[in-house]
Amino acid sequence: MAETMLEVRGVATFYGAIQALHGVDLRVAKGEIVTLIGANGAGKSTLLMTICGNPRARDGSIALDGEDITGLATHEIVRRGVAQVPEGRRIFPRMSVFENLQMGATLVDPTHFQHDLERVFAMFPRLAERREQRGGTLSGGEQQMLAIGRALMSRPRLLLLDEPSLGLAPLIVRQIFEAIARIAREEGVTIFLVEQNAFHALRLADRGYVLANGRVRLSGTGRELLANAEVRAAYLEGGHA
Amino acid sequence: MVDPRLLKMLKDAALTALVAAALGIFIVGFRTVDVGSRAGLSFQYEFVDLAVALVIIFFGRLGLQMAAMGLRWPAIALGIVMIAAGASPMQLPSGFLHWFVALGGVLLVIRAVWPWADQAIHAAARTPTGRIVNTIGTQWLGWVLLGIAIVMPFTPFADQKTMDLGVLILTYVMLGWGLNIVVGLAGLLDLGYVAFYAVGAYAYALLSTQHGLGFWAVLPLAGMFSASFGILLGFPVLRLRGDYLAIVTLGFGEIIRLVLLNWVDFTNGPAGIGTIPGPTLFGAVFAETAPEGKQTVSEMLGIPFHGIHRLIFLYYIILLLALITNLFTQRMRRLPVGRAWEALREDETACKALGINPTNTKLTAFAVGAMFAGFAGSFFAAKQRFISPESFTFIESAIILAIVVLGGMGSQIGVVLAAVLLIGLPEWFRELGNYRMLAFGLAMVLIMVFRPRGLIGHREPSIRLHPVGSGGSG
Repeated sequence: MAETMLEVRGVATFYGAIQALHGVDLRVAKGEIVTLIGANGAGKSTLLMTICGNPRARDGSIALDGEDITGLATHEIVRRGVAQVPEGRRIFPRMSVFENLQMGATLVDPTHFQHDLERVFAMFPRLAERREQRGGTLSGGEQQMLAIGRALMSRPRLLLLDEPSLGLAPLIVRQIFEAIARIAREEGVTIFLVEQNAFHALRLADRGYVLANGRVRLSGTGRELLANAEVRAAYLEGGHA
Repeated sequence: MVDPRLLKMLKDAALTALVAAALGIFIVGFRTVDVGSRAGLSFQYEFVDLAVALVIIFFGRLGLQMAAMGLRWPAIALGIVMIAAGASPMQLPSGFLHWFVALGGVLLVIRAVWPWADQAIHAAARTPTGRIVNTIGTQWLGWVLLGIAIVMPFTPFADQKTMDLGVLILTYVMLGWGLNIVVGLAGLLDLGYVAFYAVGAYAYALLSTQHGLGFWAVLPLAGMFSASFGILLGFPVLRLRGDYLAIVTLGFGEIIRLVLLNWVDFTNGPAGIGTIPGPTLFGAVFAETAPEGKQTVSEMLGIPFHGIHRLIFLYYIILLLALITNLFTQRMRRLPVGRAWEALREDETACKALGINPTNTKLTAFAVGAMFAGFAGSFFAAKQRFISPESFTFIESAIILAIVVLGGMGSQIGVVLAAVLLIGLPEWFRELGNYRMLAFGLAMVLIMVFRPRGLIGHREPSIRLHPVGSGGSG
């Protein structure tokens, strides 16, 4: 098996007295696309945020490339090559598209900037058209592209995406997922994707995990999980985008 | 049959008058008078004043309703009648009522004419000349203002009074620009900004009177002192936001003032510090006769002595200091740290996700903002030659914050306009006597009604790839 990029071992996370994650184990290999699916409130976003150090895991360990990052502050984790596309996109609404992308490149050697910018614009031509426009005036899909573009500007080794399809039209969702596949294939970025849209996510992913009530319930390749009766019943029946 | 619209208008106006009566009866209707030690306080009733005011309010509201319904001419006529009543020699119970009715009439006329004026302005803006004026207004306004500021001391208006006012306004422009870094760019609501101003002022006052240091030597030191105080304030408030942050900064401002007031050995307490030397020009002093071993500026330049020279010199110092503040801020906005300030204001969580260290970013914003307040404070001490804790009360913080908010958060030109309005207006309203703060408050409310996002609420991107209009299709 390929080298491990991200290793989560027995992670337990609490919000005050409420336990959201009960000893989650999970592994992402270098160059893989791994998805985490599950119902509302299963703890998907919590796990992703715990990997980013906010909130911190009360128990267990998280390692990036063999280095323990469990206790680090968010910005320290990001410095180690982890980029995050947060839930709800969280672009800077009053800054232009260009300025948003600049913010993504905060930690990167400025000599790369022009090249990286052109790469992002090549991937999302819509952003190039709207580079002077304020982030807040973009459509939902464009904002999602901007959030992904901004994350890419930090030249990540590992890209964490939290529900990139949320609230988007089916056509746009397809575009976003195609872009994610390209990022993995062409840029060689390892991807960890949290999704409610199980069908799209599992079709795209090499491997997947199913989270329920703060525990990993199932895992397997994307194909296996798509064929799994339990997954089909819980997450895929009732139509898919 | 009475027109139902008229009935509705009359009802509305009567209701307004009723509300005004309820509010006014305690404020206007009674006055307590001290009638000697034995009898104590007694009431004096001023119901006639109240009644006249209510009649004015009734007709004013009626006029506003007419204007809103498109009955412009009756509204204008009513407004003119009100102005005439205010200006007439007719005997109203108090002089203020004359002002009140006249001002009401003026507002009414403005309200009635407003739609026309609005249309005319928009139509004019579409003509070629209008476009040019517009471009000058938006792109060259700063340069025009700067030009006016530079030549101001050489114009015929430059008497003692105007120069004093000019120095005062520029001081607040500088403070506004300094606070704009903290509030406008970094989005950290600071209600205790005056504390850093005080630190700068006391730094210069103490170092000059007790250690004989000159203005130019102390200036950078004062900036450093204030910046360290900024960091000192920054640490405890790092985790706070919004209202909570505001309360703690408010407390910090008060703590500094109370320390200055009570640490008598060090600061001379409420008596303040006097005989602070003014700034020198290449070692020469601004005075009629020079102290031992020094020379006066008039001797150095070979011109006859005049008191206003000192004022002009102070004017140019504060102009320079303010411009440095502005240039520094503009430069910072293009650098990663300045960009991070703005990003932090927009979304702190997203900032962390991009690897920005929020602690350092907030602390630099506090430190840099405080540093400029420190410079301004030193200047203030050198200009006044006397300082005491009384100059650094909460109201100063409030005024500076009002300048930033009214100017449109984060807008540099907006701060200038707001400072001119907020500092200049109360001076111009001085003729109104006791009612000038009322007029001042009215002006502030009007600004917020007509420009809810501040005078200049639009944020210009700090970098443009293409000139306006040529870039992008969106």
